Amino acid sequence: MSTLAAILRFELLLAWRRRSALATTLGFFVIVASLFPLALGADPKLLRLIGAGVVWVAALLATLLGLARLFAADHEDGTLEQLRLAPLPLPLAVMAKLAAHWLLTAVPLCLAAPILGLQYGLSQGAIGVLVAGLLLGTPVLCLVGAVGAALTLGLRASGVLVPVIVLPLEVPVLIMGAGAVEAQASGLGAGPWLSLLAALFIVFLVAAPSVIAFALRISSE
Amino acid sequence: MLTDLSPSDNHLRATGLACRRGERRLFKGVAFDAPAGTLVRVTGRNGSGKTSLLRILVGLSTPDAGAVFWQGRPVLADRLAWSSQVLYLGHASALKDDLDAAENLEFACRLAAEPIRAEALALALARLGVAHRAGVPARFLSQGQRRRVALARLALTSRPVWVLDEPVVGLDMAAMAEVEQIIGAHLAHGGIVVLTTHQALDVAAPRPMVVDLDAVSLEAVA
Repeated sequence: MSTLAAILRFELLLAWRRRSALATTLGFFVIVASLFPLALGADPKLLRLIGAGVVWVAALLATLLGLARLFAADHEDGTLEQLRLAPLPLPLAVMAKLAAHWLLTAVPLCLAAPILGLQYGLSQGAIGVLVAGLLLGTPVLCLVGAVGAALTLGLRASGVLVPVIVLPLEVPVLIMGAGAVEAQASGLGAGPWLSLLAALFIVFLVAAPSVIAFALRISSE
Repeated sequence: MLTDLSPSDNHLRATGLACRRGERRLFKGVAFDAPAGTLVRVTGRNGSGKTSLLRILVGLSTPDAGAVFWQGRPVLADRLAWSSQVLYLGHASALKDDLDAAENLEFACRLAAEPIRAEALALALARLGVAHRAGVPARFLSQGQRRRVALARLALTSRPVWVLDEPVVGLDMAAMAEVEQIIGAHLAHGGIVVLTTHQALDVAAPRPMVVDLDAVSLEAVA
């Protein structure tokens, strides 16, 4: 338990020392989401229609940014060897790393999302659902992305490979997240969609860490 | 720090280890029997599989054949238990550039679930001659200083088995002498050390042993 806390603490400390990298993710998210009105025109009705989808796509792309390097630095400097040799199950260590990664990259996105929602003229209820969906969906994005990062560890083209492997797998999250906001806007209620997202989250939370640990062992054998 | 060793039970044994990298067979039939106090030197030309052998011993890689036993039990049967007995320092120093020397050392200990006190940590850094650099981010340390910070772990650990991959590479004479002394003390307390090195390391070992991967034969030098 204290080992887990130590991993979490040192990951947060490391991220704090490199905080400019975190701002990059957030900046990327805001910029991508702001590009669409420039390209499609500023018709309020159109923007309200595409708002949730745009924010979700931007979130998907932004979470990909840091993922390809998630284990690469640890692999190169020897920390991954020490993680594998630590007297705790590797899936738990992976979870601690991912928790820190999620806290530092995805939570700021969730906090910035309401502002982007306002920019697109989403109603208050829709913005609430958007944020709830992101809070449930971004952990899944991190977990799926980490599987891709672990599988491509040590490959030269991993930066390009990870999005190609991961993006198709993340489609369900996109559909459910954007669907929830749309359902809310059309008065159907977002409950079922959010429940589906929550179910997806639980499934991945249980299954993904072991898969990631397995892939890490193979990649760093 | 070496108090919790129960030296009489300490016993590292390897039987018939074989390793393949792709199509190439690196070695086969590597076996040794190291009771408490043994210094096992793994020798061989570049590319003979020294690092691969060390990684197999600590459990980072699985051998093609053979097994490693600690106190008579196969280490792969209980990886976590073995993890709490063995300390591995690889080629890479496992230092984070953005953390300072003291933080790096503290993280290494905490990750290994070894108790750590601030005074002991400072003392270990002082022993390796990097106390004055304790607060400096690792990216500003020289190659030798990074190695010294990594090796300070040796002065803090209570684990009986040390597996060290080229531990003294890049060290000056003073640091090398200190490392020799730390390893010697560990052996005298019933620890077991397995290491590779191309330098002449002058360690007072109760039981020296050489595993030569070029010959893949074992000879006691004692």
